[in-house]
Amino acid sequence: MSILSLKAMKTDIGQYAVLHDVTLEVPQGGVFVLLGRNGAGKTTTLRSIMGLWKPSAGSVIFRGQDISEMHTAEIARLGISFVPEDMGIFGGLTVEENLILATAKGQFDNARLARIYELFPALETFWTKQAWSLSGGQKQMLSVARAIIEPRELILVDEPTKGLAPAIIDAMADAFREIAQTTTILLVEQNFEFAKSLGRDMAVIDDGRIAHSGSMADFAADKPLQDRLLSLSA
Amino acid sequence: MSVSANTTGTKVVKTTVLLIGALLLFAPFLFQDTRALEVAARICIFIVLVASYDLLIGYTGIVSFAHIMFFGFGAYGGAIALKQMGPGWDAVVVGALAGVAVSLVVAVAIGLLSLRVKAIFFAMITLAAASVALVLASQLSNFTGGEDGITYRAPSIFKTATKLMVDDDGKVMRIFGVKMNGKLAAYYFVFITSFVLFFAMVRLVGSPLGTVLKAIRENEARAEAIGYRVVSYRTFVFCIAALVASLSGTIYAIWLKYTGPDTVLSFSIMIDILLMVVIGGMGTMWGAVIGAVLMVIAQYYLRDLMGVAAEATANLPLLPHLLDPDRWLFWLGIIFILLVYFFPKGIAGTIMAKGEKS
Repeated sequence: MSILSLKAMKTDIGQYAVLHDVTLEVPQGGVFVLLGRNGAGKTTTLRSIMGLWKPSAGSVIFRGQDISEMHTAEIARLGISFVPEDMGIFGGLTVEENLILATAKGQFDNARLARIYELFPALETFWTKQAWSLSGGQKQMLSVARAIIEPRELILVDEPTKGLAPAIIDAMADAFREIAQTTTILLVEQNFEFAKSLGRDMAVIDDGRIAHSGSMADFAADKPLQDRLLSLSA
Repeated sequence: MSVSANTTGTKVVKTTVLLIGALLLFAPFLFQDTRALEVAARICIFIVLVASYDLLIGYTGIVSFAHIMFFGFGAYGGAIALKQMGPGWDAVVVGALAGVAVSLVVAVAIGLLSLRVKAIFFAMITLAAASVALVLASQLSNFTGGEDGITYRAPSIFKTATKLMVDDDGKVMRIFGVKMNGKLAAYYFVFITSFVLFFAMVRLVGSPLGTVLKAIRENEARAEAIGYRVVSYRTFVFCIAALVASLSGTIYAIWLKYTGPDTVLSFSIMIDILLMVVIGGMGTMWGAVIGAVLMVIAQYYLRDLMGVAAEATANLPLLPHLLDPDRWLFWLGIIFILLVYFFPKGIAGTIMAKGEKS
């Protein structure tokens, strides 16, 4: 069963058509990876799902409901959270304030907070620090923590490993594996090793269209297909 | 980036504000002349007005030129009610409520229609709205008294002749040399109402709502993406700021017993509010106190100070001319430029950032 369906979604940014025809089924549970070259339309896909850029045609179906005309805040309240490429944290607020903003009632669920401390111990250490003073890895942890501080149905994650040290990337992978046990993750990633280690299903986007979709295991085993679609060496 | 809550600088600023609060509380006893009391009352009212503007510009990033219009609505509400209904508390309540009602209706209309547009267009829309209000106040002379404004009486407890306490001879009692009369009651009415409004705003920005506002100021799209309807929040804050500005206008009208376009709707007051926020420090609340105190004192006493300085340097070339009291605005401008140069985040903002660990 799909938690999210994109049907012939088109998105224009200004006068440029970025997404031409994105049709995608994201199954419930696990990590679904969206791969693609730079400029293929991965980030635009996530932003269009989130309503940050309105699709000009097609539909975005989340749990059977068309959300393509909905306001971003309403989409967020339906249970979709977004971890953008630039992490999207509020630098002028403390770690605590960043997290409490994402809670529904302005207070923490102690069990979820304890889980976040387990996943990202650095956040507990720097709880009262302003977010701008955190390192890149800590900012990414905060961004992911904010996405899971409340129960979510779907988390959209845009290139979480970009610019991070290998040790942080490993910690991030562990965190995503645990989160994916209860929440569906739609992950956009250029780091194929990272994506391969997490993804159950995948798709490749190229020039604003889905060029391939299937299981990650099959794709990882097909080197010529990887080379053709990604121009990457695994 | 904003400032940390527990820096040494924050403690210095809060202590300064506490000291200013204490001086204002005992102002009638410490500065026993009419002009000083006038200055103290004006400071109290402008602290509220400037803090409410800080809610907009400092906490939510909304640049509005209509703030003075809401102040004017409150002042005219109080003035017209006191003129028409006579000097009673019923008139004060009706006037305040009328001012608040008009302010809220206009704020909701401007907010919902305009807060979706870019900041510069919103600023222009508010400028136009404030201009219309100023013209209407001048033109609708049957209601507003036109250019001459309205003179009226405040509730009898605020009359100078009212004896709050009498001695054995039936004369007005003096405590530490201060007459316990209606003027004193009027000052403490201004002080207490301003205090309540200011601390209500301090509580507001310290609440979860304040955190949301800071998030919106920092990045609207990010705030939207975690579930906050930015337009709704901005409209709400615009209404709260309008409400507080309106109430401060009513308080000013009661204190002044005169309301006219120049005293409550003039753009020069709007510029003063803007300068007070910038000098004090945006997004701090405490900055409103420091900015209002410095600007009001400069407006009232800089001329006197320059007169003394001009006399003292009378024998020197050029200097007495430069220090001529008529050139006080020039020197105020110089002081403003120096303050902006040395305190880029405003006085409170810059000091509060001291001791912040990166």
